Amino acid sequence: MSAITREDVAHLARLAHIRMDENELDKMSGELAFIMDAITSVSEVAGQDVPRTSHPIPLRNVFREDVPSGMLTQEQALAMAPDAEDGQFKVPAILDGE
Amino acid sequence: MTELTELSANELIKLTALQMAERLRAGEITSVELTQAHLDRIAAVDGPADGQGTGVHAFLHVNTEEALAVAAEVDAIRAAGGTEAQDLHPLAGVPIAVKDLIVTVGQPTTAASKMLEGWMSPYDATVVEKIRAARLPILGKTNLDEFAMGSSTEHSAFGDTRNPWDLGRIPGGSGGGSAAAVAAFMAPLALGTDTGGSIRQPGAVTGTVGAKPTYGAVSRYGVIAMASSLDQVGPVTRTVSDAAALQELIGGHDPKDSTSLPEPMDGLLEAARNGELAGLRIGIIAELEGEGFQEGVLARFQESVQVLKDAGAEVSEVSCPHLGYALGAYYLIMPSEVSSNLAKFDGVRFGNRVVPDGGGTIEQVMGATRAAGFGDEVKRRIILGTYALSAGYYDAYYGSAQKVRTLIQRDFAAAFEQVDLLISPTSPVTAFPLGEKLDDPVAMYNNDIATIPANLAGIPGISVPAGLSEGLPVGIQFLAPARGDATMYRAAAALESRLEEAWGTPFWAQAPELAASSAAAPAGVENAAATATAGGEN
Repeated sequence: MSAITREDVAHLARLAHIRMDENELDKMSGELAFIMDAITSVSEVAGQDVPRTSHPIPLRNVFREDVPSGMLTQEQALAMAPDAEDGQFKVPAILDGE
Repeated sequence: MTELTELSANELIKLTALQMAERLRAGEITSVELTQAHLDRIAAVDGPADGQGTGVHAFLHVNTEEALAVAAEVDAIRAAGGTEAQDLHPLAGVPIAVKDLIVTVGQPTTAASKMLEGWMSPYDATVVEKIRAARLPILGKTNLDEFAMGSSTEHSAFGDTRNPWDLGRIPGGSGGGSAAAVAAFMAPLALGTDTGGSIRQPGAVTGTVGAKPTYGAVSRYGVIAMASSLDQVGPVTRTVSDAAALQELIGGHDPKDSTSLPEPMDGLLEAARNGELAGLRIGIIAELEGEGFQEGVLARFQESVQVLKDAGAEVSEVSCPHLGYALGAYYLIMPSEVSSNLAKFDGVRFGNRVVPDGGGTIEQVMGATRAAGFGDEVKRRIILGTYALSAGYYDAYYGSAQKVRTLIQRDFAAAFEQVDLLISPTSPVTAFPLGEKLDDPVAMYNNDIATIPANLAGIPGISVPAGLSEGLPVGIQFLAPARGDATMYRAAAALESRLEEAWGTPFWAQAPELAASSAAAPAGVENAAATATAGGEN
């Protein structure tokens, strides 16, 4: 498996929406390479024939009655919003220059 | 049975939660008296909630007014008598602390992150609803590693919590606040969450009892998710019976949590009170008793094994050959789930928003918000998880880790065909000095080597104090098959009572007075078990 590079970290930070400066990218890529070295041994034992486990205790068909319940009022939902207007969440422009 | 005499506030806070409940029911004490005694203790030893003082700093928020109001309600109901008094929950009036990852109406919930500083939840977690329904006064919210990511509570954005056994050392993590609050008699009960050991490892290093129930036994609704397939809420206490009673209170099916087990888990307190070991088959996990474990930790562990044998348990050694891969699998699965679960903290609907100088698009605002709101460890795990899930690496990393998870489940299944319970030291080391491992993430991750496998497999685990090594607490861990929580409590309580007999005192009663915080711990506890058991190694 290839090592994690500084360019990889810069790309991943963009994907994860975390702004990072040059110093942080240097530090983070060094740390992550070290961490990856410590954990990539998992592929040694993960043979083709081993099924994957995504959940420790499988439950099937978890349903409830299709009735609305436990909803927040508009006021409650907006009470802790960073910014709100006219009963809606207010956000900055989605695209540049608009 | 405790003798019902008048106790000073200092003696009151050192009772077990069940003893407190008994005195409340008998009318010997009031809940207001009991709650005030704990609030006074917090004021005396915890220091300011902003972490700028030199106290334990277990609490991020103290809930004085509401706690006393709930206590007064319980006292009024009891004084009035009648059916309402009879219907009170057995633990009604006994105060409790809540890890600040669990949402509460009326008190801030921060997850120890700047992202949520000052955030007030519009709803209660299910476990909090149950606590309110049972009328346990909530003392406040306890410190943790940011979003529960860490093993020392040093990753909190609001300052370190200090270990009551030595204020220069870590209280474990992520639930260091809950463990330290209980160890320092600021609360008899606390709630924790355990994703890779965050209840059990702090329990071990603070000399308290911490249990991670079977995955799904306790609702996760209203618990800020770290890694949803691993997270579980559980009790933090000073005795095994207290933990069993608290799990009975918070457990049970919750329609709001689709991973909640449909069947109830009863008889936990009864199992803890039974304490019978004869004929119980207990396996020592061969992979968790050698390399990387401190000598003093292994010595206390081996003494406990001897105590279990002397009490009639059939002890043998079993092998779980894939446990060596558990840490690797955990550090791929957990960050993957973290990267997804923490995507919602983007400064749009709740939490704090940071706008770059001169404004910016929403994407730039999200980048600035998450850069300022998250600490280094949270960022590391988000980036790691994003990497493990990315196209081209998914099969090699996340996919392989999921396969290892299957192999570990198979190892446990095979072991539980031979034995009823498994045991190991809880943490490979005792509490280390603050700052020692902060710059070495991999060394920090190794603290959870013995606790992580239970989360991967969904099985229950509990840590109980096994004695001291160089004045610091050592924990022993019991693991049971899924839904085997009662057997786990039974064996843990049996060991606890036999060790207590050997020491001549409850373990926690030996905690140093906080006024002389870094003074050496009493000599009695360290070797008492060894002298009480014929073949105990030392």
